[in-house]
Amino acid sequence: MALGIGCTARPGNSRNNKTGSWRVFYPTMDTEKCTKCGTCQLICPEGCINQNSDKTYSIDLDFCKGCGMCAEECPDKAKAITMKMEEK
Amino acid sequence: MVDRTIENFDCGHRACGGCGASSAVRMILKGAGKNVIVVNATGCLEVFSTPYPETAWKTPWIHSLFENSSAVASGIEASLKKQGRLEKEKVLVFGGDGATVDIGTQCISGAFERGHDFTYVCYDNEAYMNTGIQRSGSTPYDADTTTSPAGVCSTGNKLPKKDFPQIIVAHGSPYVATATMAYPMDLMKKVETAMKTKGPCYIQVHTPCCTGWGYDGAKTMEIGRMAVECGLWVNYEIIDGKLTTVKKVKRVPVDDYLMAQKRFRHLFKPVRNDAEIAKIQAIADKNAEKYGIDIE
Repeated sequence: MALGIGCTARPGNSRNNKTGSWRVFYPTMDTEKCTKCGTCQLICPEGCINQNSDKTYSIDLDFCKGCGMCAEECPDKAKAITMKMEEK
Repeated sequence: MVDRTIENFDCGHRACGGCGASSAVRMILKGAGKNVIVVNATGCLEVFSTPYPETAWKTPWIHSLFENSSAVASGIEASLKKQGRLEKEKVLVFGGDGATVDIGTQCISGAFERGHDFTYVCYDNEAYMNTGIQRSGSTPYDADTTTSPAGVCSTGNKLPKKDFPQIIVAHGSPYVATATMAYPMDLMKKVETAMKTKGPCYIQVHTPCCTGWGYDGAKTMEIGRMAVECGLWVNYEIIDGKLTTVKKVKRVPVDDYLMAQKRFRHLFKPVRNDAEIAKIQAIADKNAEKYGIDIE
């Protein structure tokens, strides 16, 4: 049975669906340039950017759809994220 | 203080890459705090976040129909009140602009009249994006949608955008605000204020839609900022019927904002339609005068 009692689903079980396969461009993070402002983490429509224990950010490519919002909004003085063409 | 570590909206949902609504919802849930019950009207958000049998939500979430989200929220609020849980738990309603300004208006009106303690967030992407970009009451003047197509005899949507926040103000709501996902801190602060305010509160959030408006998904934040900078969207707070804060800007002409989107491209091709663009500029000027957004 797909749903639980009372038509409920387990919280956050959409993680089964790896949306990373939609991607055409993928983001790369340059941790040297990153100023750790957290803008990318805040605005990512996916919520697939996570903070590491050393305060840097990493992008979960299992779910990133490659929209490029993070690269666009990364502050001008940092520009730590660049988009590259996916090779499949 | 807004707790930015709260993540109640998980990965794996089916929103378009660069979706303004999903980004806004993540920010709103950060502002809303930990103990929140979400009621969702039918719309893009409901469809992409809960494809059978999955859910992207990590907080109690209910969906019933297109029109009755505020009635469902009223029931939940009444039950929480009876159980004495309303101090700790809050009710938050999400509705698209179609569910808010067109289909759900009578239930919203009823809930605001009865004065239930909940917060209604309308994410305004200015058309019915879920079913394929049909015009809604919130679609701006001259926008090209599938039910108001631009062509030889038409320049798109002929009707003005409905001023829904003012209708809610007329209901005597203690807190009405407009925000945009292009200014995350402002949005999160407004949601936090609304959740703390007793009584029915309303926030209308401008969420650009890359598919429906026709622009590159990476530009979502930029389009949101452009709307504010040209005066076609105004960020304000109305507390107890009085306009308290307004986002002031150095206003620019509406041309850049219109040119960046496919839904307005008929105004520039094959030749610039000066008469129609002047009408849209007049809407921005009227907004500026009404809310005093110009920096002197």
